[in-house]
Amino acid sequence: MLYRENGQFKTSYVADQQIFPIRQDRIFVMLLLAFAFVGVPLLASDYLLRALLIPFLILSLAAVGLNVLVGYCGQISLGTGAFMAVGAYAAWNFGVRIPAMPLLLQIVLGGLCATVVGVIFGIPSLRIRGLYLAVATLAAQFFVDWAFLRIPYFTNYSSSGNVSVPQLTAFGLPVQTAMEKYLFVLALVCVFTLLVKNLVRGAIGREWMAIRDMDVAASVIGIRPMYAKLTAFAVSSFIVGVAGALWGFIHLGSWEPLAFDLTRSFQLLFMVIIGGLGSILGCFFGAAFIVLVPVLLSNIPGMLGLPLAVDTASHIEHMVFGALIVTFLIAEPHGLARLWSIAKEKLRLWPFPY
Amino acid sequence: MGFFLETLFGGLMSGMLYALIGLGFVLIFKASGVFNFAQGAMVLVAALAMARFSEWIPRWLGFSNPLLANVLAFIVAAAVMFALAVVVEKFVLRHLVNQEATTLLMATLGISYFLDGLGQISFGSSVYSINVGMPKDPAIILDSVFDGGLLINLEDLTAAVVAALLVAALALFFQYTSTGRALRAVADDHQAAQSIGIPLNRIWVVVWSVAGLVALVAGVIWGSKFGVQFTLSTAALRALPVVILGGLTSVPGAILGGLIIGVGEKLSEVYLGSLVGGGIEIWFAYVLALVFLLFRPQGLFGEKIIDRV
Repeated sequence: MLYRENGQFKTSYVADQQIFPIRQDRIFVMLLLAFAFVGVPLLASDYLLRALLIPFLILSLAAVGLNVLVGYCGQISLGTGAFMAVGAYAAWNFGVRIPAMPLLLQIVLGGLCATVVGVIFGIPSLRIRGLYLAVATLAAQFFVDWAFLRIPYFTNYSSSGNVSVPQLTAFGLPVQTAMEKYLFVLALVCVFTLLVKNLVRGAIGREWMAIRDMDVAASVIGIRPMYAKLTAFAVSSFIVGVAGALWGFIHLGSWEPLAFDLTRSFQLLFMVIIGGLGSILGCFFGAAFIVLVPVLLSNIPGMLGLPLAVDTASHIEHMVFGALIVTFLIAEPHGLARLWSIAKEKLRLWPFPY
Repeated sequence: MGFFLETLFGGLMSGMLYALIGLGFVLIFKASGVFNFAQGAMVLVAALAMARFSEWIPRWLGFSNPLLANVLAFIVAAAVMFALAVVVEKFVLRHLVNQEATTLLMATLGISYFLDGLGQISFGSSVYSINVGMPKDPAIILDSVFDGGLLINLEDLTAAVVAALLVAALALFFQYTSTGRALRAVADDHQAAQSIGIPLNRIWVVVWSVAGLVALVAGVIWGSKFGVQFTLSTAALRALPVVILGGLTSVPGAILGGLIIGVGEKLSEVYLGSLVGGGIEIWFAYVLALVFLLFRPQGLFGEKIIDRV
């Protein structure tokens, strides 16, 4: 009923190839965007924006970046935190050394630095793959963690290793209150998501997927593995770097290398798995899930009158995440995104079961 | 010269510890084709169980003999690891037969998170000590040859001997028993092994129990040296490049890789560390393994991977 597609005929290639070919989807996305840009700032409290929505958006962006690599190109990476760190520190350094540089340019340059580092650490993927590669990307994580901790140039010789950003402005507008930060992040996330969505629909996205499904066969039919893998690493680390810069600049404000450690890499990988490998929508589901679970875990026991100690709560959080990962891998390897599309298929027939 | 040799010995000894943890990875991979990211968490849980039970059991039973307490705690901890193997097989691996290696890797990542949380909830998350009576005092040898002699840590030496014995036993088990042969068959191809009548479920329980036992030994040795705490599970991450360097399927590779990385870490920290600001131990092993993989993707003793379309 809700998803009646009959009668929606496509008479041109353009109509057939649009991102949302079904009219209901288009309307839904339009409404959602309108709500996100207008409704949320009007309704949400500062706490909601700061503690939930901004981290959710930034982590979604990082997950989109990681999904390009893991979900679309099939190269497992455990070094995402490192690329976020490169993005954040590089953007910060550009800001410190060239004070006149606009915020957006800083962030994009930060992303480009992450691209360079990502491609360098992606080179081993040309020779090794799968499990070996997963371990190799850990090298990026440990090396980058160490570099930002030990090389004082990167933190501008600050004694504690902490760096903090000054008051932000973009296009002459202040980005200081929670609402302004939210809108800034939202706009960037929309732009980059659209970009990635189009990339994965296009020729390059198909090459990535061919490499993912079977790289030997892909190279036999004329796909250059080197080009495909390195572009996947480049695009992925650019997006992740931008997300890292946003995480540092907008969400944290001041940070230390610990903000981007191995735990962050794992967290992002979990988002991609839970949300759905190879699905842009899934990244948002996964991020929402990962952001919400700790909040729920810290609030629900209190509501039930069973207050938990902080460390017990964090251990339970670990257990819940672990159990969920395994559950999803067994029961629904395509993640929450797949559940969503099943729901849509059911709605197509609703209220009749056939 | 004396200092160099001391550093070398120190490296070899810590390399033996890496090899011990690395061995757990190799065992599971060799025998089931699963790259077990949870090995670190298993070491943590095993060490926590050992530390806590050696403290609890005398209290429950009302005796104070430390040797008896340690033996009982070791048995109980081994039982815990066996139970863990059964549970993992029943709830995770059984449902993931014939899946891709990367899916299995991510599943073990989930197991690792779960174990981290479970271990610390059930056993507490402070720092505990294990005292199995390993010699603590360093010994000085060859003081007639070198000025001041060579300082040898007896604790490390004991650990190395234990590790060597364990490795020898495992190598024999793999090579000469029918279970060992079945394990290798399962690693090659789940489906083929199943179709010639190898009971996959039983094999997996055996593998994970053995890996749990190795984790327990590694946990006891690491724990009595540095204390049992959460960082143990990251110590296992330090051992990952060892297996990568040695080749994922090779027991001797894990040993040799461990020794190379142990020595390389110590020497680089001592002789290069001061040049770049110290702390390069953290990534040296990884970068070494990474560079090595560029030239020999299957590691030192790994099997060459041949792909067919």
